[in-house]
Amino acid sequence: MLRTRSQSRSISTAGPATSLVEAHGLGVHRDGRWLVRDIDLTVNRGEIVTLIGPNGSGKSTTAKAIIGVIKPDVGSIRRASGLRIGYVPQALSIDRTLPLTVHRLLTLTARHDRTAVEGALEAVGVPHLRRVPVHDLSGGEFQRALLARALLRAPDLLVLDEPVQGVDFPGELALYGLIQDIRDRHGCGVLLISHDLHVVMAATDTVICLNGSVSCRGSPQAVVADPAYASLFGAAAAETLAVYRHRHGGGPAGHAHDHDHDHDHDHHRDP
Amino acid sequence: MLDDFFSRALIAGVGLALITGPLGCFVVWRRMAYFGATMAHSALLGAALALFLRIEPMSGVFLVATLVAGALMLLERIGGLSSDTLLGILAHAALAIGLVAVAAMPWVRVDLMGFLFGDILAVSRTDIAIIFASGVVILGLLAWSWRSLLAATVNEELARAEGLGPTRARVLFMLLLATVIAIAMKLVGILLITALLIIPAATARRLAGGPEAMAVVASLVGAVAVVLGLGGSLTLDTPSGPSIVMAAFLLFLASLLPMAWRRGSAPPDAGS
Repeated sequence: MLRTRSQSRSISTAGPATSLVEAHGLGVHRDGRWLVRDIDLTVNRGEIVTLIGPNGSGKSTTAKAIIGVIKPDVGSIRRASGLRIGYVPQALSIDRTLPLTVHRLLTLTARHDRTAVEGALEAVGVPHLRRVPVHDLSGGEFQRALLARALLRAPDLLVLDEPVQGVDFPGELALYGLIQDIRDRHGCGVLLISHDLHVVMAATDTVICLNGSVSCRGSPQAVVADPAYASLFGAAAAETLAVYRHRHGGGPAGHAHDHDHDHDHDHHRDP
Repeated sequence: MLDDFFSRALIAGVGLALITGPLGCFVVWRRMAYFGATMAHSALLGAALALFLRIEPMSGVFLVATLVAGALMLLERIGGLSSDTLLGILAHAALAIGLVAVAAMPWVRVDLMGFLFGDILAVSRTDIAIIFASGVVILGLLAWSWRSLLAATVNEELARAEGLGPTRARVLFMLLLATVIAIAMKLVGILLITALLIIPAATARRLAGGPEAMAVVASLVGAVAVVLGLGGSLTLDTPSGPSIVMAAFLLFLASLLPMAWRRGSAPPDAGS
């Protein structure tokens, strides 16, 4: 199967000692305005952190700064030494003029042998698609292939920018279940970007609501109850979510929320 | 039957097609057809500059094509204009300035038609040596930077996140493109260079299942087009450059046939 360096390490020892990446006071300034500002963000090993926020709230910008694709103008980012990042960019589309099989997509940025590629596809539940052209994949299959590509790097940190785009609702649930499953198996940290808290709730340890800067953070339950969340997404959205949560017993994937981590300490509203 | 000038043209043309194949694939994948055309349009200005400075025309063309590519990348970054508008402005401005510059130097006699449409039948042994030597360098550099260039073509941020230096790859690609334009100008002329880059690559798309295979097939398609075009131009006494492009176009049309037959109502290829 997949070789993961983190496999040998313990998952449950969340804390500052195992933080994969820590950002303090992050700010990105472009064309005379701040895209994001004053972002504090930590992802620990084995933790799933979800960034939510409306369009243009700086979710992708924050993620790109975290992984070093764009350079922040202020603030500091500390990455664990030798940190390996698996990245699934937002809305990746491959020009139809470029013939690419799933296998070739998985070996795009680095050489991997066939066994490794098959293992990665197996891990995301699409082992039969290795020789299929990427343009023939459904939205969900394509996202799984991208996830497999990121997994091949044996990442310590998975950064997934809207990984369910173009995926139908059951497919979304399955994908989030898969992401959680990957975290459980490999113990990597996950930074997830979503515009929709409904479906990510079950798969998330910590939620950070973003609107240019952090407007609230904490466990999914705490965030939903936070007035800042209601003002960011509208009271209706918050209520819908609350109802939704009751009906589905804590979340669409049916998982309980009581993970080992205790996030109450960092649940606060930024001024 | 094969006169000496004809076999020289054949060898030069096939050599050029082998280079334009893989390079043209990237032009197609990166949707840079118009970009390539703009660089090619600037070639006349480069040739005029070379005449003025009394340097080798190829160096002048390479210089100006590179400058135009650099200007485009810069303008795209700062400008409020869409890139196809910028390309349109630069392409025609460069061509116009080139024409004016040539006309402003009455002391040099310039074969304008030769610049615009090329004269592959006039290639010398030196030209052939230049084509093959630079071809080896171009294809070697392309192979060397293949992975990062391909990754950046799929997604620039992904390439950067995984440490593949997409900017360096892109700059290198521009330089290779400028070089190919410089050496292709004499053969097929500045108006037909883009065709030789794009048509074989587009033809190869139908026949290849992977990027590497497509690059190889594009080279072969281009070589076949050169042979057919030159042969046709000899028998029918038609201009050689346009004949080669026409042959490439016919091959492209032929490549569409099996697809239409196999898939019936296949969705139109969106990757123009």
